[in-house]
Amino acid sequence: MLTCKDASQLMSQSFDRRLGLMEKTGLRFHLLICRSCQIAHRQLDFLHWFCQRIAADPEHITSMQPGLTAEAQERILKELHRMQDE
Amino acid sequence: MSSKLSSPEHWIAQHGDYLFRYAMVKLRDEHLAEDAVQETLLAALQGQKSFAGDAAERTWLVGILKHKIVDLIRKKVREPTLINVDEPLEFGQDEVTESMFDDTGHWVTPCQDWGSPDKVLEQKRFWQILTDCLKRLPPQLAMLYSLREISGMDTEDICKDLDISPTNSWVMLHRARLGLKQCFEVHWQGKEQAGAI
Repeated sequence: MLTCKDASQLMSQSFDRRLGLMEKTGLRFHLLICRSCQIAHRQLDFLHWFCQRIAADPEHITSMQPGLTAEAQERILKELHRMQDE
Repeated sequence: MSSKLSSPEHWIAQHGDYLFRYAMVKLRDEHLAEDAVQETLLAALQGQKSFAGDAAERTWLVGILKHKIVDLIRKKVREPTLINVDEPLEFGQDEVTESMFDDTGHWVTPCQDWGSPDKVLEQKRFWQILTDCLKRLPPQLAMLYSLREISGMDTEDICKDLDISPTNSWVMLHRARLGLKQCFEVHWQGKEQAGAI
């Protein structure tokens, strides 16, 4: 019988590797009877989904964030020009 | 310097902010993100002959940027200030995970539902909290999490790169995820408390 701690490990690892049949079954069974782990599972799933979404489409979340500062723009331009001159 | 494509001014004006924001998402550090943009444009300048013009200019630049970001994170993870280089990347402190479970392996506090932030504004706030929570994790856990989840790198490649075993990486990622979960339970109170962060 899995503990919540074991179950949380399997939930996390399911994002990183393929779980074995025994592990999958154990996790599924634990999730059937444990309300807290059902919630934890949803939370971890959401975090994973959210990161993937952000990774695929950062603009979606960042369009209101500040862009490059004027100083940074100038500095980068200077570096680029230096390289062009070389 | 014949075409518009080769003009650094044009790149900065057209794509500078986009590239910077993109890098900020993955690096969450202004200086590193600026470095990433600079290195991307320098590489673009050197490699512009390889730009066949069959892809959109921005897509091409983002492709370069992705590599630069992963390089920067790798470098950062290996910084001696973060990790003792003489010792392999180890499991690290595990007080957070330990404190979340009792002796019998059950949650000390029952997990609370977050709901799912589905509106763009809520997601922006969620991202803000995720960024803050990542800062509270031990730096190497945050970086590993970033490589895996936000840069979408393969666990296999990460292990090769950082010279850690798969088991080690799973344990560390588990810790990072639980650390974030715990942080969210404190700071994410759903839709009502928009001003509470």
